[in-house]
Amino acid sequence: MSTIKDMTDTHNWSGQKLVTADHLLFDAPREKHFMTGSEVLKEAVKRCTVDASVSYPITPQSEAAHLIGELWAEGYVGTYFRGENEFGVMSEVAGCAMAGARTITTTSGPGTLRAMENFAQWSGTRIACQLILMARGINSPLTIQPDNLEVSYLLETGCMVWYAENVQELFDMSIAAFVVAEQPDVHVPIITAVDGFFVSHTRESVMLPADDIALKPYNPYAAPLPPIDSETPPGRFLRDPFVMKSNYISYATHASWQWEVRSAVERSRRYAEHYLKGLVHITGDEDAEVAFVTCGTASHQAKEGQRELAKLGVKSKVIKLRTIRPFPKQELIAALEGVKYAFVPEFNIVGWLEKEVRGALYGVSKTEVVGGPRVAGGMSLPAEAIIQEVMEKINPGKGA
Amino acid sequence: MAIDIYKINPEFRDIMPQEIIDLEEKATWAQNQEKPRGIKELPDTKEILEEHSLCAGCPEAAALRYVLAALPKPEETIIVNSTGCTSLMFPHIALHTVHSLFGNQNAVASGIKRVLDWRFPDTDKDVVVLAGDGATVDIGLDYTLQSFFRQENITTICFDNEVYANTGGQESGSTPRGQVFKMAPTGKKFEKVKMWELAVTSGCHYSMNMTASAPKAVAKAVREAILIAREVGPTFLNIYTPCILEIGLSANEGLGEMKDQDKDRFANFKHVSPEAEEFLKKCKAEGRL
Repeated sequence: MSTIKDMTDTHNWSGQKLVTADHLLFDAPREKHFMTGSEVLKEAVKRCTVDASVSYPITPQSEAAHLIGELWAEGYVGTYFRGENEFGVMSEVAGCAMAGARTITTTSGPGTLRAMENFAQWSGTRIACQLILMARGINSPLTIQPDNLEVSYLLETGCMVWYAENVQELFDMSIAAFVVAEQPDVHVPIITAVDGFFVSHTRESVMLPADDIALKPYNPYAAPLPPIDSETPPGRFLRDPFVMKSNYISYATHASWQWEVRSAVERSRRYAEHYLKGLVHITGDEDAEVAFVTCGTASHQAKEGQRELAKLGVKSKVIKLRTIRPFPKQELIAALEGVKYAFVPEFNIVGWLEKEVRGALYGVSKTEVVGGPRVAGGMSLPAEAIIQEVMEKINPGKGA
Repeated sequence: MAIDIYKINPEFRDIMPQEIIDLEEKATWAQNQEKPRGIKELPDTKEILEEHSLCAGCPEAAALRYVLAALPKPEETIIVNSTGCTSLMFPHIALHTVHSLFGNQNAVASGIKRVLDWRFPDTDKDVVVLAGDGATVDIGLDYTLQSFFRQENITTICFDNEVYANTGGQESGSTPRGQVFKMAPTGKKFEKVKMWELAVTSGCHYSMNMTASAPKAVAKAVREAILIAREVGPTFLNIYTPCILEIGLSANEGLGEMKDQDKDRFANFKHVSPEAEEFLKKCKAEGRL
């Protein structure tokens, strides 16, 4: 265990050299490793000078939360404990972040819904904590399989929502997430999502910088709301008395506060463009008539579909959305220029990404949106299903 | 450094409202006092609670004044609150206060305390939870008890008015058996939850059940509870602050009601663990109480 007093101008409390986010993410030499999403998250947290983490062990979880506990025991994380349930944990995370800590936790599926009330509270109190969501679907009936239905519940919480495709992206994105969320003109919570099991439990090769460097510490005094630490004039999270009254001023105050939270999410775009190298990533044929709009591991499957379709003489491209909140509307419209059909393959029953895409394109794009193929409940999404969906659409009645 | 945040920038002094100047000059900050803070100074000093919007004669308002007057070190104290009548007063307190959700106050306080201990290892920062019986005993019971189990160094004060008063008078877990309230139209069917006893079995080092009828007694309990929480472990105070509206009393009858209950449901209960007992002796010897 460490003490914060061990930190110097050049090194954090665990002795890691403090570097810029650009150096850590782009410039530092990297070596190849082979690890799961949970293990890579531990490596990311290790390099982020994290003050606090609170954990809860429910399945379907991943090893991520207890691996962060190991980091605490090894002196990399300032304070760490196991909470009583997800609602409690997310409240404890709120307390940690309000008190001025760079804070992280993880959850999935049913636990996400148990904690739900907190996410809107997080954004309302403008804390810049990070939640790693390893999506595993929602009961009932009981399931522990990968499915990302719970993400749809998080879209209107006022938190940023990013989506990583694989282990490598999870590493880079979870570091960038702290950097972007902590910008003084952003400063809202960030939810970094991956498809559970496929990413959390699957081992992939990943390029990592050395572990003797780390992000500079979080500066709570640059936050738009002062930390709750008695070191600045009283900042009140229940703002002014009139907020609790039933009159026009209180309504207007509440409305403008919520509007500001959404505006802060929008202001994250320029930082995300830099640290994620774009809000969307596009692969495949530039002059394609068929596009796949995806996030997470559906992107990987779509890319395989795109390669197979090329063999059949069908030009297609994959537009992978890396941020869902803010939603990359303009980037998507530009990427769909000249595209006839946009397919939205998803790992959930409701097609929340399809709804997002339809909403963004409505009235401004001639591209026809096709919701699917969709799988749910833990089913896999083979490239064959994607190819079939496309061929039936562009070649009706004749199939692939 | 914390006391410095109440010092007014000389450039702005001439435009500052009097109550802000009073806060700097006449509030009983621990750092400026030789003796422990208490309610005796209330008439002559600036309170750290400015005006508030509770009902005339509300015992909860009086109890909050006693609590604030007795904080051992207000300039380093954070108060975590829950939704209810008290949250109407919180914006008027000149300290760092938090309102988060309904019932999660002990979880939020746990996070705050852990991080303050991490960020300020050489400074005692006190975290005090102040919530009603609905938040403490019903919806937040899990978080209240779990913070005791985990031995969080926080003080939990429950303003027990035995009813969901702010929402219009519904039965709570703290309502006595037989009492007719909304949602208990034929009277409550089970006994009042003895939270002060649960606190003891859940690991609190100091637990009291009392009314706010005697200001000095409240102040003493608050001082002791916060000092023990700082050094030993979790502490709990259950203080009867009746909702005079919901039980049909007039503004001048709250004190009488509390005095009556001193002999009944709120007859003094006090538990002090052996470690806390030892610690209190040390505090007395050092003049901290």
